[in-house]
Amino acid sequence: MSASQTFTPAALLAVYRKARLINLVDERFRVLLRSGRLAAVYYSPRGQEILAAAMGVHLEARDYLVTTYRGIHDQLAKGIPLRPLFAEYYAKATGACKGKGGPMHITHPETGVMVTTGVVGSGLPIANGLAWASQLKRDGRVTLVTFGDGASNIGAFHEALNLAALWKLPVIFLCQNNLYGECTKYEKATSVANVAERAAAYSMAGVTVNGNDPEAMWLASGAAVARARAGEGPTLIEAKTFRFMGHYFGDPGAYIPKAEYQAALERDPMPACRAAVLVSGASTEAELAAYDAEIEARIDDALQYAADSPPPEAQEIERDIYGAAA
Amino acid sequence: MSAAAAPNAEVITFTEAYSRALHDAMEMDSSVIMLGEDIADEEGGGVFKVTKGLSTKFGNRVRTTPISEQAIVGAAVGASLAGFRPVAEIMLMNFITVPMDQIVNHAAKLRFMSGGQTHVPITIRTRTGAGAGTGGQHSDMLEAWFAHVAGIKVVVPSTPADAYGLLLSCIFDDDPCLFIEDQLTRTQTGPVPEKGLRVPLGKAHVARSGTDVSVVGYGRPIRDAMVLADKLSGEGISVEVVDLRTVSPLDAETVLKSVAKTGRAVVVHEAPRSFGAGAEIVARIQEHLFGQLRAPVLRVASRDVTVPFARVLEQEYLYKASGIEAAIRQTLEWRAPR
Ligand SMILES: Cc1ncc(C[n+]2csc(CCOP(=O)(O)OP(=O)(O)O)c2C)c(N)n1
Ligand SMILES: [Mg+2]
Repeated sequence: MSASQTFTPAALLAVYRKARLINLVDERFRVLLRSGRLAAVYYSPRGQEILAAAMGVHLEARDYLVTTYRGIHDQLAKGIPLRPLFAEYYAKATGACKGKGGPMHITHPETGVMVTTGVVGSGLPIANGLAWASQLKRDGRVTLVTFGDGASNIGAFHEALNLAALWKLPVIFLCQNNLYGECTKYEKATSVANVAERAAAYSMAGVTVNGNDPEAMWLASGAAVARARAGEGPTLIEAKTFRFMGHYFGDPGAYIPKAEYQAALERDPMPACRAAVLVSGASTEAELAAYDAEIEARIDDALQYAADSPPPEAQEIERDIYGAAA
Repeated sequence: MSAAAAPNAEVITFTEAYSRALHDAMEMDSSVIMLGEDIADEEGGGVFKVTKGLSTKFGNRVRTTPISEQAIVGAAVGASLAGFRPVAEIMLMNFITVPMDQIVNHAAKLRFMSGGQTHVPITIRTRTGAGAGTGGQHSDMLEAWFAHVAGIKVVVPSTPADAYGLLLSCIFDDDPCLFIEDQLTRTQTGPVPEKGLRVPLGKAHVARSGTDVSVVGYGRPIRDAMVLADKLSGEGISVEVVDLRTVSPLDAETVLKSVAKTGRAVVVHEAPRSFGAGAEIVARIQEHLFGQLRAPVLRVASRDVTVPFARVLEQEYLYKASGIEAAIRQTLEWRAPR
């Protein structure tokens, strides 16, 4: 393993900082939603910050991301700026998608956020196409596609894994196994104990990791990115995690047994990661507090920007259906 | 169990009507089985609660599936070939793009291609409709795609009682039926249907009779048309409302009878205008009634664009009741150019 694949305190801090950004943005959004100051369907990533951050630190701005409705953690980890992101949630003309796509379809090619889909499993075949383009162009980019455990039961997942393995595409399939697909428990919908076992059926590298463990997730992500970057083919990473806020904001989550929820909460990865950072000596309490303040200020700025921005004008509905006539 | 909730209430919601139809069908006939994502009670009885209580009462006849739409519709097709009457739920209509092959190439065609030896008595329930701010992949009305394929029946109710009676008919019909539930009006109410009373498929319903202009359509805009008809009667404008109930096969006879009487027609649907079901209806009218029309037949529909996220734009996208009213007036005021 190369030096860059050793999980140093600095690496831990980098993961924490990305995760904390996600964490604070998500917390603010939920405050806004609760008070009615934001009106949008919202799929909170609460609990899944670490895995997105630990993958994100290995990616370059030019790498591609394909994500889902539950994608704000992936988008932030990829480096999407807050202003266009927030303005899209607020359906403003200055939003990443001019207010036309909305939170479920965030797109920001500048930071590699290529597709956000609201349809389960649809991102995987598209990610293959992005990776194929990189293979053809030899541009060295890596494509990351993220999806849930439920998505591993849809046909597109299986077709995409086979093709990626067959063509040795520089793509990483990151399955965020939060143990539920909407209200359905993982075991009730999936024939294997671990999604990553399915990689074997496609002769693909597959690994199950604790996605809430910064080190394990960082190592698995680093290995997958290195493999893709080196042209050695795809990887399926199954990151075990848990979502604390239900499927969508407002989901009462009655289908989650109380004991299971409580146990997961006790293993909340955010406080654990923060404690680990302090123990590692990579940062001090004061520095972490200052970082929080800096993020909160950026969030305030982006919210103000979204608030001050105009809604899309009515004619916008006619634009972007087709490009300019040839 | 919601299907049994408030049996003496005078009105029920659409959601209750769907629930009751499913419950009553399962109770009446043990060959009715159900599958779909999250539909069993362990998962809360469906994200829209339509199937709440059914798995508790009917056990393994109601099954939650993985997120596997091809497997859902395929299994429904297979079980139907072996004698069951499966009701498959596709959570939202946009996701029906995933099992398209099963629906278009198999469910719709097996009866014909087998020379009548097999048939596919399945019902696919799905839900959709713009206006809730859910954007481009969660709002589309795609009924015209299915109406374009022979062998499948496409049903869109406009009242809870119709919803109940039509859904029962779909379940007990011997051919594949696509039953479309409107997301926006799900909590609206209407009179309670009589238990077990089926509303026939392929038959339009003159929901209100009138003499000046026929409004022809299905689903949500019919509710708008009924309100408008009331309002316009105050001005002495007599509007006839023809609710197709079944989009395909189209009951042209009832439509033509109405338009032959009024001489004017406004065709309405929520789906985008171009290549929508409305175009077929207009074509039928002019093919048969060319000489009797007193004005061009107009269409009121949503815009030919992707359903936008921003509310302001979504409202721009959607057809409007005021547009139906304007079209009615336009047909009444139309004078042949000399
Ligand atoms: C093809 C398709 N079927 C159904 C849905 C409805 N749906 C949205 S999210 C979801 C659950 C997905 O679960 P999972 O893949 O585990 O992702 P998670 O939400 O847990 O992150 C479902 C069934 C959909 N969006 N697309
Ligand atoms: Mg999940």
